[in-house]
Amino acid sequence: MSKKVLIADDEPNIVISLEFLLRREGFEVLVAVDGEEALAKARAERPDLVLLDVMMPKMNGLMSVRPCAPIPELASMRVLMLTAKGRETEVSKGLGLGADGYMTKPFSTKDLVAQVRVLLGG
Amino acid sequence: MLNGPVIVTASFFYLALLFAVAWWGDKRADQGRSIISSPTIYALSMAVYTTTWTFYGSVGRAAVSGIGFLPIYLGPTLVMALSGFLLLKMIRIAKSNRITSIADFISSRYGKSHLLGGLVTVIAVVGIVPYIALQLKAVSGSVNLLLEYPDIVMPSRSTTLPVLSDMSFYIALILAAFTIVFGTRHLDATERHEGMVAAIALESVVKLVAFLAVGLFVTYGLYDSFADIFEHVADDEKLRRLTTAIPSGQDFTGWFSLTVLAGLAILFLPRQFQVAVVENVNESHLKRATWLFPLYMLLINLFVLPIAFGGLLHFNGQGIDADTFVLTLPMAERQEGLALLVFIGGLSAATGMVIVETIALSTMVCNDLIMPILLRLRGLALAEAKDLTRLLLGIRRGAIVAILLLGYLYFRLAGNAYALVSIGLISFSAVAQFAPAMIGGMYWRGGTRGGALAGLSAGFLVWGYTLLLPSFAKSGWLVADFLTQGPFGFSLLRPQQLLGLTGLDEISHCLFWEFFVNIGAYVAVSMVRPPTAAEASQATLFVDALKHTRPVGAAMWRGRAKISDLQALVGRFLGPQRAESAFAYAQNLGGVAADELEADAELVHFAESLLAGAIGSASARVLVASVAKEEPLSLSEVMDILDESSQLRSYSQELERKSRELEDATRDLKAANVRLQELDRVKDDIMSSVTHELRTPLTSIRAFSEILRDDPKMHLADRERFLGLVVSETERLTRLINQTLDLAKIESGKADWHATEVDLKDLIEQSLAATSQLFRERGARIALDLPDGLPFILSDRDRLIQVMLNLLSNAVKFLPAGSGLVRVSLRAGANGLEVSVADNGPGIRAQDQQIIFEKFRQVGDSMTDKPTGTGLGLPISRRIIEHFVGACGSIALREKAPPFIFTCLTCRPLY
Repeated sequence: MSKKVLIADDEPNIVISLEFLLRREGFEVLVAVDGEEALAKARAERPDLVLLDVMMPKMNGLMSVRPCAPIPELASMRVLMLTAKGRETEVSKGLGLGADGYMTKPFSTKDLVAQVRVLLGG
Repeated sequence: MLNGPVIVTASFFYLALLFAVAWWGDKRADQGRSIISSPTIYALSMAVYTTTWTFYGSVGRAAVSGIGFLPIYLGPTLVMALSGFLLLKMIRIAKSNRITSIADFISSRYGKSHLLGGLVTVIAVVGIVPYIALQLKAVSGSVNLLLEYPDIVMPSRSTTLPVLSDMSFYIALILAAFTIVFGTRHLDATERHEGMVAAIALESVVKLVAFLAVGLFVTYGLYDSFADIFEHVADDEKLRRLTTAIPSGQDFTGWFSLTVLAGLAILFLPRQFQVAVVENVNESHLKRATWLFPLYMLLINLFVLPIAFGGLLHFNGQGIDADTFVLTLPMAERQEGLALLVFIGGLSAATGMVIVETIALSTMVCNDLIMPILLRLRGLALAEAKDLTRLLLGIRRGAIVAILLLGYLYFRLAGNAYALVSIGLISFSAVAQFAPAMIGGMYWRGGTRGGALAGLSAGFLVWGYTLLLPSFAKSGWLVADFLTQGPFGFSLLRPQQLLGLTGLDEISHCLFWEFFVNIGAYVAVSMVRPPTAAEASQATLFVDALKHTRPVGAAMWRGRAKISDLQALVGRFLGPQRAESAFAYAQNLGGVAADELEADAELVHFAESLLAGAIGSASARVLVASVAKEEPLSLSEVMDILDESSQLRSYSQELERKSRELEDATRDLKAANVRLQELDRVKDDIMSSVTHELRTPLTSIRAFSEILRDDPKMHLADRERFLGLVVSETERLTRLINQTLDLAKIESGKADWHATEVDLKDLIEQSLAATSQLFRERGARIALDLPDGLPFILSDRDRLIQVMLNLLSNAVKFLPAGSGLVRVSLRAGANGLEVSVADNGPGIRAQDQQIIFEKFRQVGDSMTDKPTGTGLGLPISRRIIEHFVGACGSIALREKAPPFIFTCLTCRPLY
């Protein structure tokens, strides 16, 4: 069964590219364009991994990571953080809040796919 | 209703009220919540200056000499104007040396001399006892008057009553009891009596109210106004002379003498020293007293002339003593309540004076007269007694009773011999003796103990000879020849024309001679030898009192002393418990270990000043010397120390100045740093925003490019779509870079501006045409209100189009899909043409209406929809509009009911 990946980003073009990329890699892809939608979809669809933009409308990406941990059914969900700011503090804040890894925009698509595979256990 | 029981009851109620206030004040002081820590109460307590001599006597004096009563107030007013120097210095000296009386002050200044303290005490007691007698006389006189009501009968001139049935005797005893309870409740190292001060302040209010009440009654009740009274006076042959400035028989010399005397009295009367210096809580209170106390005296003098004239007119030829007008006028008019109020006012004037004066005198008698004698009598073994506090209190209480009985005695013997006002002046002249030693001591380092002793003794003798003995003679105790012929017929020695000095009134005569011999002897004897070490060190403490930040007293001591000895010594006079807590506190403060056996100079000085507060500085010196092995300092050593300490002082002033400068510099640096940090933060934020704005399109571009690269067999449709997205993202990047550069250019003032005539209507229509595609896509409507015939403006056409496009595209962005409406209107406003672009979108919250003009600040950043765009459109628009300030005005936001008017730009038309 293919793994489910949730893309949470508010930039439509980035979503389009990521969606295409991951579909091509054989993942089932879900899309959310703001924090609230991301959390709702995560709970409803229980994705295996979420690609999370840290700067999103309606609940900052960083904030939507936090509720994942205390929700038991989401405990196994991996979070890969995407950041366009690339600041040390943003990254460590995200990791501290429960993200499993991060990528700085713009990223290499190869690296991204590799990172997703690592997080999903090969 | 004015009968004996009513008067007695009222008096006792009043005294009970005073007692309650005093008790409350003491209780609050014990709790550390002082009620007298107020400049107003301080100023009111100084009004203890006005005694019955004023309350009843001013009117008497005015009835004889018109405005001749005024110098008694002019003097103090002038002195208060100088209080910032003299009084402030006295307070500072007294506080830093724990000085508790004027005798202690003088004794301490001239090397802590017992002899000098004793002499001052004797002068004060001899000078003041008649004054106390005067208060007793006034109170008993007023009671006797009231008892005859409704008749007005002048008290008989001879005192024939036996002591035990004489009311004055009991008044003296009651006052003594009252003073003992007020003033010697416990022994205090600072000799302060908060409760008493509170009561005295209340008394000042009472006597003022009473006097004003009579004044108003006479001026507006008996007569119509001030003018009315003076008209009556002008009609009267005999009274008219009183309204001239200097009534015949007087001259300016008399005025001058009285002014000087009264001015010195306000400083050196023991009761004034007590309330103004010893009881001062905070020297800043002096500021309000400087004007409030003179104001008080002005008020209490306002009605003196009207009452005097009213009385003279009313009792014309009835033989009523003018000193009683304050009381007899209300009585004659059957104003019982007012008469009783006046009696209480007089009572308050008397009790206030007697209480404070006897407390001050008893402290002096105990510390400067009796204790030194007791300490010398080895037979009493005083040094071995464990706790002497009871003895000290006993001595003071005894002194209070003795002083009041002396006052009574004087009243019995001489009370009827002299008019009230003369007794007051005799007392003033006595305490004026202190002036040379006091003022000289505070400003002249050369004054010595010998000089002060000589000056005081000589002045005192002259005072006795020229004023006191003549008053005895006038009372009939000496042969009248003594006055007219001189003793044994030596006419040069006639007491009131001494050495042939004639033409002066008795007070001016006495003042001249007593100051002549006092100052002469003080200066001459002081010059005979240089000050000793003890005198020189005390002189420095006094003369430089306003310069020292901390006393140098401790530097003047060298020797060895055991802490336990010192503590035991202090304990004997202050009580073991208080000594223990004071020593614990001091050792804590100085960082001295409690088990250390040797006391350092600081602690010895501390112990001595504690003792000085309780028993006077001279006795304290003797006692401390008795338990310590002291090495006397020579004069040259003292001078070295003083020199050193003055050097230290200038070093420390220099240091203070430097550290103030450093503090200033630090503060400036801190502020600059805060500004820098703020700038840094702003720069950081902008960098981070720019980075973010650049990275986002780059992310898409890179992702699509890699996808295209990695998958050559991709569907053509996908391929074209992705390439289209890459192109639009590149355009976005270009726009961002252009706008960033544009803004930077505008901000740095390097942008090119091309001002031409612009038809705004045309410009708006063109902008709308350019954005019509956007509106169509959103399904939005446009409502236009663009009137014809508006004037052209001078502006940069392209820039204005840039602004309009920005505003229009912003408006479109937030329109609800399908039902959007944008209203564009143009009108002539107050400052020019107004363009408004309103939409029916969600609007901008009031708190965000400024933020949206900041770079990269897009409202609704995280909590609502993320807006598209660079975040630079509005900042640029604002800059453009601001560039035309004067020609254009600025963007402003107006909130109306939805739809919001989003932007409004105003241009001044070209006419």
